[in-house]
Amino acid sequence: MTGDYSGQPAASGAAPSDETALVAALRRGDEATFMRLVEQYQTAMVRLAQVYVGDRAVAEEVAQETWLSALKHLDQFEARSSFKTWLFHILVNGAKTRGQRERRSTPFSALGEADDPDGEEGPSVAPERFMDEDGAHPGGWLTPPASWEQLPEDRVASQETRACVLEAIARLPRNQASVIRLRDVEGYSADEVCAMLGIGVVNQRVLLHRARSRVRQALEMCLSDD
Amino acid sequence: MRPMTCKELVELVTAYFEQALSAEDRARFEAHVGVCPGCAAYLEQMRTTIARVGALREEHVSPAAERQLLEVFRDWKRDAGV
Repeated sequence: MTGDYSGQPAASGAAPSDETALVAALRRGDEATFMRLVEQYQTAMVRLAQVYVGDRAVAEEVAQETWLSALKHLDQFEARSSFKTWLFHILVNGAKTRGQRERRSTPFSALGEADDPDGEEGPSVAPERFMDEDGAHPGGWLTPPASWEQLPEDRVASQETRACVLEAIARLPRNQASVIRLRDVEGYSADEVCAMLGIGVVNQRVLLHRARSRVRQALEMCLSDD
Repeated sequence: MRPMTCKELVELVTAYFEQALSAEDRARFEAHVGVCPGCAAYLEQMRTTIARVGALREEHVSPAAERQLLEVFRDWKRDAGV
């Protein structure tokens, strides 16, 4: 299982001329171009919107409104950003607004944490798993993690594991959930995700790290309880 | 060069993957992982975690959603006089 974890050019950065051609095709009303974009981005858009609005049907509405809004504002698209980051930026703004409205109208928020979208700072691993200052190696593992390499591949790739990962992401604070979805599910680059979410590169990395650390914790529970 | 502890290392894994560590911290990180089975296992767990999250990717749009979005496009074309 090797891969590019650095988020460098895995996603193809389209040349500005391609982007200009794309927008021109949409302006002409070219249905094939539009449907190709739908095929490329729709599922990611719905899943991302769901981070902010909770409900799947509402997330689908937000995605649909995003497409319409993008079409109506094609003249505002500037080819120096990519169409993809522009589209997702519209989506995130729409989903945030809709999510805030939904939370205001839900007396006891069914959407979980309301005012802490980043999540409080916490260590990546519970502190009691490390030796304290009196230990033989302060800051060293007291209960080290087990290797997962001996686990059968069908266990690691099981439906149960998938459900565990999905549940862990659903429990994340919104900003962490959106970053891990965009980076690790969709494979977009750090720069693209910063532009989509309107956040800085350091913040993006912190959110991604917290999100991955929490999903790892959940996986450790789920892969160890035999 | 002060050695990195396990507790410090687990906070730097994403920065390591993103190549955002200073040359010195990168060297401390790699020196530590080279001699610490616990941190080597931790790094491997983080790689597996990233791979499992990546496996959530859904490729296909439902035919119903496709039809609906095509309608959105056609309505827009009509309204915009395209």
